[in-house]
Amino acid sequence: MSLDAATVKRIASLARIRLEEAEVARMQAEINGILGWIEQLREVDTDGVEPMAGGAPTGQPAMRMREDVVTDGGQADAVLANAPDRQGAYFCVPKVVE
Amino acid sequence: MRLTDHTLASALAALEAGETTSVALTEAFLDGIARLNPRLNAFITVTGEQALEAAKASDARRAAGKAGPLEGAPIAIKDLFCTAGVQTTAGSAILRGFIPPYESTVSGNLLRDGAVFLGKVNLDEFAMGSSNTTSAYGPVENPWSRANDPDTRLVPGGSSGGSAAAVAARLALGATATDTGGSIRQPAAFCGIAGIKPTYGRCSRFGIVAFASSLDQAGPVARTVEDCAILLKSMAGFDPKDATSADVPVPDFRAACAKPVEGLRIGVPKEYRLDGMAPEIEALWRQGLDWLAQQGATLVDISLPHTKYALPTYYIVAPAEASSNLARYDGVRFGLRETVPGSDLRDLYERTRAKGFGAEVRRRIMIGTYVLSAGYYDAYYLKAQKVRALIRRDFEEAWGKVDAIVTPATPTAAFGMDERQDDPVTMYLNDVFTVTANLAGLPGLAVPAGLDAQGLPLGLQVIGKPFDEEMCFTVGAAIERAAGFNAVPRMRA
Repeated sequence: MSLDAATVKRIASLARIRLEEAEVARMQAEINGILGWIEQLREVDTDGVEPMAGGAPTGQPAMRMREDVVTDGGQADAVLANAPDRQGAYFCVPKVVE
Repeated sequence: MRLTDHTLASALAALEAGETTSVALTEAFLDGIARLNPRLNAFITVTGEQALEAAKASDARRAAGKAGPLEGAPIAIKDLFCTAGVQTTAGSAILRGFIPPYESTVSGNLLRDGAVFLGKVNLDEFAMGSSNTTSAYGPVENPWSRANDPDTRLVPGGSSGGSAAAVAARLALGATATDTGGSIRQPAAFCGIAGIKPTYGRCSRFGIVAFASSLDQAGPVARTVEDCAILLKSMAGFDPKDATSADVPVPDFRAACAKPVEGLRIGVPKEYRLDGMAPEIEALWRQGLDWLAQQGATLVDISLPHTKYALPTYYIVAPAEASSNLARYDGVRFGLRETVPGSDLRDLYERTRAKGFGAEVRRRIMIGTYVLSAGYYDAYYLKAQKVRALIRRDFEEAWGKVDAIVTPATPTAAFGMDERQDDPVTMYLNDVFTVTANLAGLPGLAVPAGLDAQGLPLGLQVIGKPFDEEMCFTVGAAIERAAGFNAVPRMRA
């Protein structure tokens, strides 16, 4: 399957990555090169195979559940310390609602 | 003997015997970094003053009889591990200036055991790469060079290229690293050192900047297999902060290095014999197997039939997870923010991410977004998860016949910094021997085993059963002893 320029722009938009018009052709060629190489997976017979979710090897649970309790918190200053723009205990962004 | 020539094991013994101090070791490594890092670019951040303070405190602890297992050992930390109060960049411009308010579990474990941190080492951006040329902080140079072409600067491999180059050049006794598709084992092989990617779940991922969460694992690189065993013992362990951390005991990995291989069954997978593989790699593999047979191991031909599908599977699963993980870099909560007058929130996101991410990271986020998008999920992502299950099953069937699997670590020796940069897929093929262990969640160890005709190091890989890193250490140490690898890079402290 080969992606057209409009699809490449749509993916960039979904990914929230600004793509200049001049960059579209190159990105399109690179992505199509990679997808073309990935196509070979189609030849593998996977009928009835349970998909592997998570990275745990055989015999290990994929994910452990914990008690649904608060374990941390009350650290607003630490959380905000790296913010590019903040006021008081808030992250700031451009105006969203008029 | 120069202090920087110590292995981790010999440095710890010298500290214990009172023959040196952590301050003396730390000063020696900092001096080496000052001389060589301007060329190698292995360190992004050198924390010299903090290291000397930590070394003084360590010497005081030792004098008080409170020495930990790594007491006073100067090591380097891959700049993917959050270190409290010290800039952590992940090799990306989007995290320039990011100061984590907390410590990753793995680096915290090393501090608990007395290690001294020299600084943060370079890597491919967000650990995506096999050459350490995608870092926003500049490429890392391999301290090795070709005998007949010493002026061509070589890559150290990636993504843990700074870790491997620093250790090979004697700028640290060891380093932390991470491995998502080969990022510990490939640079270790390219730089003539040892490195192990443990079983998925062995080391906590808490505080490690996430790339592909079902594949990422932390592990050490060091000059010897035994040094890796010492470091892994400290790094590993159950952590309630990581929901995929395995609650299993951490054995004495160091003791495993001295065990005999007699009677062990070593698997030789026929699918790892690639068309057009460098004859030197093939010969080294044969030599490594012969060494093990001479020590009493039995060689067993095995088949891992889905091996050829591992890389394409990886290049669906890893970008998919990366596109999700990297959604957090939005220019709002931390890191870079890029706007122009009149930018709305969406424009802020898009400009920030276009400017903050490099070309390889943008490419992988795009691929990941596409394979997860409506209408394509089943054809790509679900298909890849099924093939991944088959790759894992191949190994399960092999474990009925063998105790460990030995393969080459990489298809070639280190290549030039300006080679193989044109086509992403060509670069991806570096991980052809290593990526299967990530997909199946298995431990894999790289050990230096010989040199090619140009004098560049080549490595072998030992893959073990889940949570049987001890077997990797036993077999890897046996190869190491037989190889007697004592070549050194041209550039070293």
